[in-house]
Amino acid sequence: MSDQDKTPERPEAETRSEIGQSTRRTFLSRLGMASLLATTGPVTTALAQRSVKEQLPSSESKDVVPVTLRVNGKKHDLRIDPRTTLLDCLREQLHLTGSKKGCDHGQCGACTVHINGRRQLSCLAFAALHEGDEITTIEGIGQPQKMHPMQAAFVKCDAYQCGYCTSGQIMSAVALLKEPCGPEDADVKEFMSGNICRCGAYPNIVAAIQQVRQGGKAGS
Amino acid sequence: MKAFQLTRPKDNAQAIAATAKTKTAQQGADIRFIAGGTTLIDLMKLSVEQPQNLVDVNRLALDKVEATPDGGLTIGATVRNSELAWHPLVRKNYAVLSEAILSGATVQIRNMATTAGNLLQRTRCVYFRDTAMPCNKREPGSGCGAINGFNRNLAILGTSEQCIATNPSDMCVAMAALEATIHVRGPKGERAIPIVDFHVLPGSTPQRETVLEPGDLITHVTLPPPAPGNRSLYLKLRDRMSYEFALASAAVVITAANGTITRARIAMGGVGTKPWRSTEAEAELAGQPATEASFRKAADAAVRDAKAQSQNGFKIELAKRCLVHALKLATQPA
Repeated sequence: MSDQDKTPERPEAETRSEIGQSTRRTFLSRLGMASLLATTGPVTTALAQRSVKEQLPSSESKDVVPVTLRVNGKKHDLRIDPRTTLLDCLREQLHLTGSKKGCDHGQCGACTVHINGRRQLSCLAFAALHEGDEITTIEGIGQPQKMHPMQAAFVKCDAYQCGYCTSGQIMSAVALLKEPCGPEDADVKEFMSGNICRCGAYPNIVAAIQQVRQGGKAGS
Repeated sequence: MKAFQLTRPKDNAQAIAATAKTKTAQQGADIRFIAGGTTLIDLMKLSVEQPQNLVDVNRLALDKVEATPDGGLTIGATVRNSELAWHPLVRKNYAVLSEAILSGATVQIRNMATTAGNLLQRTRCVYFRDTAMPCNKREPGSGCGAINGFNRNLAILGTSEQCIATNPSDMCVAMAALEATIHVRGPKGERAIPIVDFHVLPGSTPQRETVLEPGDLITHVTLPPPAPGNRSLYLKLRDRMSYEFALASAAVVITAANGTITRARIAMGGVGTKPWRSTEAEAELAGQPATEASFRKAADAAVRDAKAQSQNGFKIELAKRCLVHALKLATQPA
């Protein structure tokens, strides 16, 4: 995600020429940047070029606290406003944008990450309270070239439509493999009830999870 | 969210000293303990809670579940709900507690939420959670929007003219039936509070929900040894099968010999302004045959003082049926 910080010199041309290699995120952010550059003056352009980190609110904070986070096996020494949720910290400061912000109130599960091996909601956690904890995000589960069997099963079973809830669904599904979940589809549904899918891909999500649990044939 | 300072105490004494300065330990506290954060952070985002200082209790080593010498159980304040629900001793001796916890929230939330946090869980009344609305609990004297408002899921027992908010906890209902004791350490020393005395009725001060005072730190909860030969269970009725608060629930711990009930402990959820222990139902059951007629008499006694609001009258019959069915399940042959 490091190219998120680069501002293309000729954004429109670059968007066109690199469209094949862009991720959805870089594609959309370049489009957004392109329209900004096309319609506004130099002041806004300068603002848009500032990194997300610099734009975080700091004026109101009473206290900036040091915290060391361990994310996907890598140590990060940070200084953060105590109000920063783990979700915002992961996305805005560490640029791990796989974890999604859905409701931001602990109701949808899109922000699910693993903390010390247990799935939790990063939107209802203050990052500063997780000093030294082992945090795993979807980026630490697998990569496009080397997918986790659960990710492969989601692809094979078409277990998503818009994809916004998918990383949270997969984080829950991977954790479920080590939880005392019964064998039936109904058991899986109960254990997955904290992950809401607005597109209604539930039957295929259950199928993907059951495939992995029943021998991982979906990984092929 | 309003800015706050973060305090990370090294031990219980530091944690107590840090919170003893708060004006109140109840709604509107300017200093708050934080553990799992599943209620508090949500309410801070809604500006319902605006503490200036948060005291992190997650590193105070209050996270153990242990058998007590008398055969009971000690549960640390920061034991996660999931850990408690799946603990072998809880599964074996206190099935009602395991079932109650697992019927609430989701795996992710249970992995975060703690024993003490669940004891202090706040109501889901929509007027409490919306700062644009009147609410005597959130802002004393502002009125109650729920009375004559949207009150379908609110309380029928223990209400007052000022507040009809339901206590949302499942865990507390099971702990009420198990006669748990809450252990608190504060500036003046330690004290043990039976759970039935821990939560208070709203009356004319709905902003006050528990007997906790500034600096009071819940350290652990104890359960007495399981009653010999008892069976226990939790039955929860709700609008959907998962991830939903109770419309009515029943926690029953019952001992029967030769078809006669020798001992019953009954608590109900989703219907009360606090976790609702029904000694009235218990008295109806003691010494009676384990039959549907007895269960119905107990259920009638449990809701005798119920008061329906404009939209929640159905809860009176629902709570009765819930309790009767729970008692049937708990006394039928294994």
